[in-house]
Amino acid sequence: MRKAGGVTDGIVAQTITLAGHGGDEIEGYFARPLDGSDQPSVVVLHHMPGYDRASKEIARTFAVYGYAALMPNLHHRYAPGAKATDAAASARDAGGVPDEQCLGDVQAALDLLRGRPEANGKVGVIGYCSGGRQTWITACTLDVDAAVDCYGGRADPALAPNLRCPLLGLFGAEDRSPAPDDVAAMAKALDAAGKDYDFHSYEGAGHGFFSVDRPSYNLDAVRDGWKQIWGFYGRHLEGA
Amino acid sequence: MCTYVTSTAAVAGSGYTGDEWFRVDRAVVYFDHPQDAPVDHALCIDVWGGRERVAVELDAESARRLAESILAILDDDEVRVLTG
Repeated sequence: MRKAGGVTDGIVAQTITLAGHGGDEIEGYFARPLDGSDQPSVVVLHHMPGYDRASKEIARTFAVYGYAALMPNLHHRYAPGAKATDAAASARDAGGVPDEQCLGDVQAALDLLRGRPEANGKVGVIGYCSGGRQTWITACTLDVDAAVDCYGGRADPALAPNLRCPLLGLFGAEDRSPAPDDVAAMAKALDAAGKDYDFHSYEGAGHGFFSVDRPSYNLDAVRDGWKQIWGFYGRHLEGA
Repeated sequence: MCTYVTSTAAVAGSGYTGDEWFRVDRAVVYFDHPQDAPVDHALCIDVWGGRERVAVELDAESARRLAESILAILDDDEVRVLTG
């Protein structure tokens, strides 16, 4: 059960297989509380370097905070069984992950999470870097309850009228993609479309500030970022 | 920054992984987050042969020096005699 103070000791984390876009079998990293009911769920979308150890750590953090988290390996079909680094390179060699394929994989993860007897039926999505852009596309296309875009570059503001759920955006003020001007343009598009969003840009933080194994890690941004995530998902995903 | 800036060049030759040599046929060059290099962004090169590859990640200045070094060697008079 989730303890007072918001965390639980017992989690289960493992690689599973799910039927992704087009029925393709792909692997996913699934982390969840050891017990308890009415669990909220989150689909985690990894960054461009792939389905790596640091991304799995993010999924486990969600489980510690009472969420069932499933991270589909968006690069799996390009190099089944390969290391994350090689699968990421194979995906790039093949021309990158098409958005339609990503959406199919995310839909499979949403279905799996919603179908669990322990689930409360509410599912969020969160993504980092390229996964942030994929989160934006997901939130504008699929049925999700709340979305968190962590510094997704190249997101198209023209999709703003299609946004289907509340959006939290976490950005680095020193980032160059998305640059502060890009974030402002997105906010303007969301305002014009009358959408529910909350953006935070952290001074001194660049791109990838959540990456625990990279020089871009920024402790102040990470501490407030997680605080924003727990508050946002708490409002939109928790409860029966 | 996820640049997605990627260029693929056809190449011919061999690559070595420390295990064995293999024939290579393409080089994928991009500027993006590295897997391991301690910089936010790197010039990355994957030289592929089938499903095997040799990979390097270099900071931008290093990559430019490498490119200039390669071109300087290829443009050397002694080398030009050999390459035509």
